Amino acid sequence: MTSTTVTPPDRKRVQNSLTSGMLPRWVPPAIVAGILAVGLAAGLLFDVNLMLAAAFAVVGVGLVLTVVSRQVEGARRAKDRLVTVVVTSAFVLALLPLVSLLITVVQNGIERFDGEFLTQTMRGVLGEGGGAYHAIVGTLLITAAAAVISVPIGIMCAVYLVEYGRGRLARAVTLLVDVMTGIPSIVAGLFAFAMFAIFFGPSVRFGIGGAVALSVLMVPVVVRSSEEMLKLVPNELREASYALGVSKSRTVVKVVLRTAAAGIATGVTLAVARVIGETAPLLIIAGSTTRLNADLFEGRMSSLPIFTYYSYTIPGVPPEFGVDRAWAAALTLFVIVMLLNLVARAISRYFSLNSR
Amino acid sequence: MAKRIDVSDLDIFYGSFKAVESVNMSIEPQSVTALIGPSGCGKSTFLRSLNRMHEVIPGASVAGKVVMDGQDLYGSDVDPVAVRRHVGMVFQRPNPFPTMSIYDNVAAGVRLNSGRMRKATLDELVESSLRGANLWEEVKDRLGRPGSSLSGGQQQRLCIARAIAIKPEVLLMDEPCSALDPISTLAIEDLIYQLKSDFTIVIVTHNMQQAARVSDRTGFFNIEGTGKPGRLIEMDATQRIFSNPSVKATEDYITGRFG
Repeated sequence: MTSTTVTPPDRKRVQNSLTSGMLPRWVPPAIVAGILAVGLAAGLLFDVNLMLAAAFAVVGVGLVLTVVSRQVEGARRAKDRLVTVVVTSAFVLALLPLVSLLITVVQNGIERFDGEFLTQTMRGVLGEGGGAYHAIVGTLLITAAAAVISVPIGIMCAVYLVEYGRGRLARAVTLLVDVMTGIPSIVAGLFAFAMFAIFFGPSVRFGIGGAVALSVLMVPVVVRSSEEMLKLVPNELREASYALGVSKSRTVVKVVLRTAAAGIATGVTLAVARVIGETAPLLIIAGSTTRLNADLFEGRMSSLPIFTYYSYTIPGVPPEFGVDRAWAAALTLFVIVMLLNLVARAISRYFSLNSR
Repeated sequence: MAKRIDVSDLDIFYGSFKAVESVNMSIEPQSVTALIGPSGCGKSTFLRSLNRMHEVIPGASVAGKVVMDGQDLYGSDVDPVAVRRHVGMVFQRPNPFPTMSIYDNVAAGVRLNSGRMRKATLDELVESSLRGANLWEEVKDRLGRPGSSLSGGQQQRLCIARAIAIKPEVLLMDEPCSALDPISTLAIEDLIYQLKSDFTIVIVTHNMQQAARVSDRTGFFNIEGTGKPGRLIEMDATQRIFSNPSVKATEDYITGRFG
């Protein structure tokens, strides 16, 4: 079956002049199916590596399809077919780790992802049971505080860069923002720790310190995304507003920011999603605890990444309960980020409701 | 409350480049003044200097006097924002605010200027402005729809309604019909004719028939060559400009024998 399907169709039988010189629609899928069948048969007969077989299959489809297409359709279409195969494989390759990650986290995490996990802390828990309630609260509080600090700074900075900044200062700010984008998160944590250690001594650990460290990471992301969104606002709208006798500051607030609101909200949410999983800075400045601490300004505060880290590295005896909790915490973080993305979409839809 | 504008020795610059040189012009109240001339001769630049929109562009500056009823618009203590409340503007391409409804677009001038107004008063203002722009009958049932849902000609009339809602004394129009079809153009021209009883109107146009149809006085701008500043060549009653201009260049331009 595999060899017969790839024979090019007889050109003389083609009636319609517009479809002449084209491979019939069923040919490319047939080639793919044929190669898969061959691969499957080979895999059953001989013991071959799955990844290797997949790689061979992709190369095989690319080759056969190109050659067949070149015979029937000419060089130009053949190139098109080849590039289609390459682009599709690249897409699948990029998607594979994501899908694999999602499946692994869900598979391992779903077992302990229950009511107890979401509502209990780890206070006095050794071995079975326990939960990450304190870590969830900690993550939400620290991230919310980080957003409260960095969103106003970031948006105002972007407004300065787009609407007011001219010359040297603006270029310097742009450069600094670019540099800040590349700051390793551990450095942000050390910065926050060093700063608060000056005032509170070297044993300082509290949630707001973690929030400060996260905002160091978040500000440049917010600046960048807001800047792009503000640049997208057409100049005509600014002029329309000026021509109505509206001052520049009011134009920026009521027209420019309002028009860019959907994009800025999306950017902010993605920035939040970006820092919510940060581990290193929180390890240094927020610390870890087993009990619920909802006070950002007092005492150690656990968070989901830290909880995951410690549950996995110090699982206790027997280890499987700790490891299960680590996976469940990872899944929780995953779900939170997913929800954030949905919120971003909802916000963006809400703000752009009037535009179409 | 139309007002008279007297321009004397006005030079307009982009950075160090002089775009328009020594314009002297009187713009009569309750009349339509048309500005014609080839592309790049500084008509739009000149128009934008009449409500200080020119200086919005970085590096742009103006020298000379623009006097509106005895007040120099470029006086040292004059707030450009206040000037623009008295001299409204309609742009070449319709530019309604995309995030606002038709109603909010018309109310924008008042609202953005922080003027709090009672709902009933605002309703009245929106209706009278839309009626003034000949748009009320077409949109009265969908005031809550976004401004961008209208057709191009309707959007331009919405922009005119928005401009007249702040009750300016002068209305500047920068090629308001160049993006519109003949029917919408006709609607706008009729509107200009009606509006001149309340406003002083200055319109820049590339369409000479339009200038001849709508304006009472016409100014012809020209430029000697690239890199040279544009100048006001001649200004007179529209009928005279189009029938018997005193400068040869004007006649050449109007009859299409230009260049």
